[in-house]
Amino acid sequence: MSDKFFSIENLSVEYIADDEVVKAVNGITLSMKRGETLGLVGETGAGKTTSALAVMRLLPPRTGRVVSGSITVGDIDILSLSEPEMRKLRGELVAMIYQDPMTSLNPVITVGDQILEVLELHKRQSKAAMKARVAELLELVGISAERADEYPHQFSGGMRQRVVIAMALACEPELLIADEPTTALDVTIQAQVLQMIRELKTKLNTSMLLITHDLGVVAHTCDNVAIMYAGEIVEQGTVADIFNGKRHHPYTNGLFGSIPRLNKQSKRLNPIEGMLPDPTNLPEGCNFSPRCPSCMEICKIKSPRFVQSGTHRIACHLYSSEGGANA
Amino acid sequence: MNRPLIQTVNLKKYFNTPRGKLHAVDNINLSINRGQTLGVVGESGCGKSTLGRVLLRLVEATGGQVLYNGEDILQYNAKQVKKMRAKMQMIFQDPYASLNPRMTVSEIIAEPIRILGTITDSRELNRKVFRLMSTVGLAGRLVNAYPHELDGGRRQRIGVARALAVDPEFIVCDEPVSALDVSIQAQILNLLMDLQDEMGLTYMFITHDLSVVRHISNNIAVMYLGQCVELCSAEELFRNPLHPYTRALLAAIPEPDLNHRMGEIIKGELTSPIAPPAGCRFANRCKHCADECLRQELSFSEVTPGHFVMCKRYSDDI
Repeated sequence: MSDKFFSIENLSVEYIADDEVVKAVNGITLSMKRGETLGLVGETGAGKTTSALAVMRLLPPRTGRVVSGSITVGDIDILSLSEPEMRKLRGELVAMIYQDPMTSLNPVITVGDQILEVLELHKRQSKAAMKARVAELLELVGISAERADEYPHQFSGGMRQRVVIAMALACEPELLIADEPTTALDVTIQAQVLQMIRELKTKLNTSMLLITHDLGVVAHTCDNVAIMYAGEIVEQGTVADIFNGKRHHPYTNGLFGSIPRLNKQSKRLNPIEGMLPDPTNLPEGCNFSPRCPSCMEICKIKSPRFVQSGTHRIACHLYSSEGGANA
Repeated sequence: MNRPLIQTVNLKKYFNTPRGKLHAVDNINLSINRGQTLGVVGESGCGKSTLGRVLLRLVEATGGQVLYNGEDILQYNAKQVKKMRAKMQMIFQDPYASLNPRMTVSEIIAEPIRILGTITDSRELNRKVFRLMSTVGLAGRLVNAYPHELDGGRRQRIGVARALAVDPEFIVCDEPVSALDVSIQAQILNLLMDLQDEMGLTYMFITHDLSVVRHISNNIAVMYLGQCVELCSAEELFRNPLHPYTRALLAAIPEPDLNHRMGEIIKGELTSPIAPPAGCRFANRCKHCADECLRQELSFSEVTPGHFVMCKRYSDDI
């Protein structure tokens, strides 16, 4: 039941720029069970990709550093590993699908060889066996195996993203991190790729951390959701909690209010006024308070703690005095 | 009905490529009434941006007409084009690439006015810039800032202010919100709608996002491989989509709603727009494809009043 397969505890990440410190991730806690899909939602600069890079141990070496916290996958403490140990696990235990299929492939290596590279690093197998596996992987993601000798530029955006997914799946990772896997794609192609990701996940029983800004994608792929704002998680719960629950963090309400809907014709959208706070100079108290329509005095002084009811957690003072056990 | 402000007649733009002619815009017939918005929707490579550029003569058309108030602007000489640009402006997609990084906010906004010479007095020009900034919701203190100091939402507001600088009647908005986060996207969409209400602007709103286009448009044109495959009012398009491609597009959108199920997903991808074969260009992805779809040239037929479709299944009823 409560056997957490993947967990992030109180993770904080900073980037050091010339004479400033950018607080990209500020004490986030997440966990998921095996086979689950967790959606990490937020806008540009919320710290989603930084969190993912911390899990992969791929933060830029000179500027980015984990300040505190721990990351556990299975029973392995990711942050305590040496670089050679981590290199062995990258791709095998945790793999990542990058956002932009146009830039995450090497333009001068055939797609077959790029997938082969992953296998060569991890598996001691004969060349023939690995070639066969490459063909199998391409077919798995819906690309004809004959195209293994073609270069990335000969593929369309959707096809390239399939190649990137094949690379990520090459060593059957237990945890897959997908960073905006469909953002760069057209809708009809996005629908194809999402369907494929769902099918593969069920088939291979992979756990997935899906990073996205698109609540529509979340509704169609995730079991649980965490909403991030300015480096913090502001609301967390099952998809039912987030999409059908009655109480929400004001930021979550703002996100939903900003989306033009197909089935509803409304004259005006209800955007969130203002913009993300400067991560080198975060506000006192709640990070969302300067934009919050229901901001109170306490919000400007004290940062809110999570209020939990069942599986649903909200970090907001609006709910802190009400019922529900404090987390 | 009032007369259309802008109208295209068999508008064509072909690009020469080593492998043949690329049909970016192929026989497009559209019209937009004054004060209204036409949404142009389609996926990458369908020719929607080229269409917007041809309308403003940023690229020269291969054939056809663009009628503005009844005059064919494709026949205009350079001097007339310059004058025309005071009436027709564009808001570009990428607020990072469409602003000159070495110019300040005020220089960027004032540039069209300077070029057209509509305001020559420098103090008056300054006042105009401040007025425009307040119209689009930019704080006056940013007047001497450079684009890199501003975030995407503010940059796109500069793009809007620049388009409004010469008091145009018609604005082509080419994916003005697709590079922005949702909460900022909603701010800009609201701004564009408010400006239309206040100034009676006419928009062509180009986007790949059907939910955005529904929100802002009176009429919607759906494009596929250079052709307009369906055209009708926004309401009609969502109530009664006819073309199989329109239906596929609608089915592919993941709604942020747990009770929503996506429809049938279409297979395959766009075919090449270079020297396209005769017949329906969507045929290879269409589940209703019949032999005659591959042979015959299709016509754009009016199925019900105001609802046009380019599909063999509806052309026989006429």
